[in-house]
Amino acid sequence: MRTKLSAESLNLSFGTKQVLKSINVSFNEHEITALIGPSGCGKSTLLRSFNRMHDLFSYAHIDGKLKLEELDLYDKTVPVTEIRKRIGMVFQKANPFPKSIYENIAYGLRINNLPHGKDVVEKALREAFLWEEVKDDLKMPATRLSGGQQQRLCIARAVALRPEVILMDEPCSALDPVSTLKIEELITHLKEKYTIVIVTHNMQQAQRIADKTVFMYLGEIKEEGATQDIFNFPKNEVTANYIKGQFG
Amino acid sequence: MRYKTPKIASIIEWSTLLLSTCLVCFFLLVVLWEIISKGASKLSWEFVFSVPTDGMTKGGVFTPVIGTVLLTMITALFSIPFGVSCAIYLNEYAENNWLTRTIRASIRNLSGVPSIIYGLFGLALFVQALQFGTSMLAAGLTLGLLSLPYIITTTEEALVRIPNSTREAALAIGATKFETIKDVVVPSAMPGILTGVVLTLSRAAGETAPILFTGAAFYINRSTGYLNEEFMALPYHLYMLSTQHQSIEEVRPIAYGTALVLVIVVFLMNLTAFYFRYKYRKNEN
Amino acid sequence: MRYKTRISLDNLFKIVFKATGLLVLALLGGIFLMLIYNSFSFFLDVRPLDFITGMEWNPTGKTPKYGMLPLILSTTLVTLGAMVIAIPLGIGTAAFIAEYASPRLKNILKPAIEMLAAIPSVVIGFLGIVVLSPRIADMADLSNGLNALNGAILLAIMALPTIITVAEDAIHAVPNTYKEASYGVGATKWQTLRKVVIPAAFPGIIAAIMLGVGRAIGETMTVLMATGNASMFPTGMFDAVKTMTATIAIEMGEVPYQTTHYYALYAIATVLFFMTLIANMLGEYFINKFRKYHAV
Repeated sequence: MRTKLSAESLNLSFGTKQVLKSINVSFNEHEITALIGPSGCGKSTLLRSFNRMHDLFSYAHIDGKLKLEELDLYDKTVPVTEIRKRIGMVFQKANPFPKSIYENIAYGLRINNLPHGKDVVEKALREAFLWEEVKDDLKMPATRLSGGQQQRLCIARAVALRPEVILMDEPCSALDPVSTLKIEELITHLKEKYTIVIVTHNMQQAQRIADKTVFMYLGEIKEEGATQDIFNFPKNEVTANYIKGQFG
Repeated sequence: MRYKTPKIASIIEWSTLLLSTCLVCFFLLVVLWEIISKGASKLSWEFVFSVPTDGMTKGGVFTPVIGTVLLTMITALFSIPFGVSCAIYLNEYAENNWLTRTIRASIRNLSGVPSIIYGLFGLALFVQALQFGTSMLAAGLTLGLLSLPYIITTTEEALVRIPNSTREAALAIGATKFETIKDVVVPSAMPGILTGVVLTLSRAAGETAPILFTGAAFYINRSTGYLNEEFMALPYHLYMLSTQHQSIEEVRPIAYGTALVLVIVVFLMNLTAFYFRYKYRKNEN
Repeated sequence: MRYKTRISLDNLFKIVFKATGLLVLALLGGIFLMLIYNSFSFFLDVRPLDFITGMEWNPTGKTPKYGMLPLILSTTLVTLGAMVIAIPLGIGTAAFIAEYASPRLKNILKPAIEMLAAIPSVVIGFLGIVVLSPRIADMADLSNGLNALNGAILLAIMALPTIITVAEDAIHAVPNTYKEASYGVGATKWQTLRKVVIPAAFPGIIAAIMLGVGRAIGETMTVLMATGNASMFPTGMFDAVKTMTATIAIEMGEVPYQTTHYYALYAIATVLFFMTLIANMLGEYFINKFRKYHAV
């Protein structure tokens, strides 16, 4: 397995509060890696540092090496928009643009100077298992879709740009079980083409879809390994307690 | 009987509050009734679309209507881009530092500055220093300055309501900050922005004090529409007809008609704003 | 669009947005400088003390008199009169809307108050002339009813929407737990309102009053049209008065630019500016106090 995305001695603080402490982690190509851990452990923060979402906040301070293959993600000469094109992201709450379904996909293509014809949009929607449901209402405002459909649209929007990595921040936390299963199926399908890192609160979900699991606690990585190993034979006591549901 | 006293007292007390509410409503009804009942006889398409004649004792209000429309357009052209842009700066870019706090304090203070002082400022800046003379341009810009703080405040309120996840959605697909604002944030906030803009402009359209010495004219003998010339405007026309005209009693019906047209213009703009607000609330749910 | 173009646009607009933010500072600074500069020109000719304490305003007399005391008193008289009417009515209405009105009635009353706020001041002034003035004249047996009382009533009408809206927000924001506690010990709705709700909302109500005062002091057209504009020393509500705003409005149209009289009007405006500034800042202070108090 080839390493696609990695962090090396990553420290991150918001103001005076240190949120991530000397994180060393790598994510393999065409694998799904789940980041688990109690609320506030820094898993979302870690995820967001890969596509530089913290750039928005002047009080966020980052040092360490984050790399996409050999590309330094925080190299000043690398445009942040380029990084975000190559590392897509899907958020906790579906956040489609207040535009039509079609425009939701086409917009990202257009600003990134990619072909944005109907065929490209269709392909992205098909990949996200959404095409059959919306092909007749492409002009409809995306906000009228159901929650699960909106989230799949957001995945289609990310996929349309042909990223190498897709970061997912608890993509199912706001959805019902049926929609959740549908999205899990989609995610499993997507790993053939993309490298996927997913933050989740749902232990079953991690076990169902993740190849590898990383457990974080208080801003540190406590344990990582193959999902089955982590869940069946946790080495660390904190990990064991967490997956047994004793806190979180 | 003792147990009844609090009940009677509370009825009296309740009536006091009801009475004050009724009195406030009574004020509104008197205003509307007086203007509508006495102005209605004058109101007709002919009145709106014919120019004042015979020393303004006959004819209609076309010249002031056109003046007010054009004036409000200048106000809009100036205050909307500047106001929205400033609100974007405050909500999307500004950090919480002394500069931002000073700008915010300035905006609050500006919205409390009496309109007559804006008139003086317009006179000093546009009429004299920039040499626009007493003109539609000078008056429109003065009203634009007056409108600025309201447009900034209402626009920012609309922008604050846009959740961060909407911004992140655009940034995450590689949009620049400007693209995010232009293509996603502002369009999402549009109904809210429009509500504030239209309400502010309706207020500007009814203002008199700021245009008193920046360009409003007693009477103009031709169609207006030149930026560098004086103009007639509905509120100023009403002021003139009711206090400055040589035969005040004779022109009173025209004054009522003018007041009614002005009130209709302002209310129509308010209705438009309510429509946007209604749409906005519906979108949010 | 090429990447470079996108980035330069991004940077360009960052500067544009910031520039408009700074424009606001420039605007307030400009207004302030204009007032100070012109007032300074005025005080080269007239002693500040004579201006503030002078008992006579007669700039066009043989020996021009620039005492602004009668103007300040006129403004004060009309504003006080307006507040005597507007404060009880405003708070009463606010309490009614917040505590007694059904949601359906609220949906009628609130737009009605917005409608009242939307009516241009010149229309209110006009009604002062045609409706109020003859009635005041009849009642008090005067030749006309253009006087301080007329102005005060009109200003009350103009300040009411501000007072009602802010006071209603304040009363509405009082936590329900306070009221429930009061009902729990057997208090009636009215007792609760007077002893619990109004005191809790008090800073917000003071804010409402201060904002109303700011509005009334700065209002020009209604007082210009309805108060008679006699620049004598006011002695009562039935006197014709000439407020600061009206003085500026009337005389600015007639004076030659850059004369002492012209500068004098700016000096009045400076005093006016600070009076409204103080009223509004007090209002804001009390609003913040109220928010802090109830944020917990």
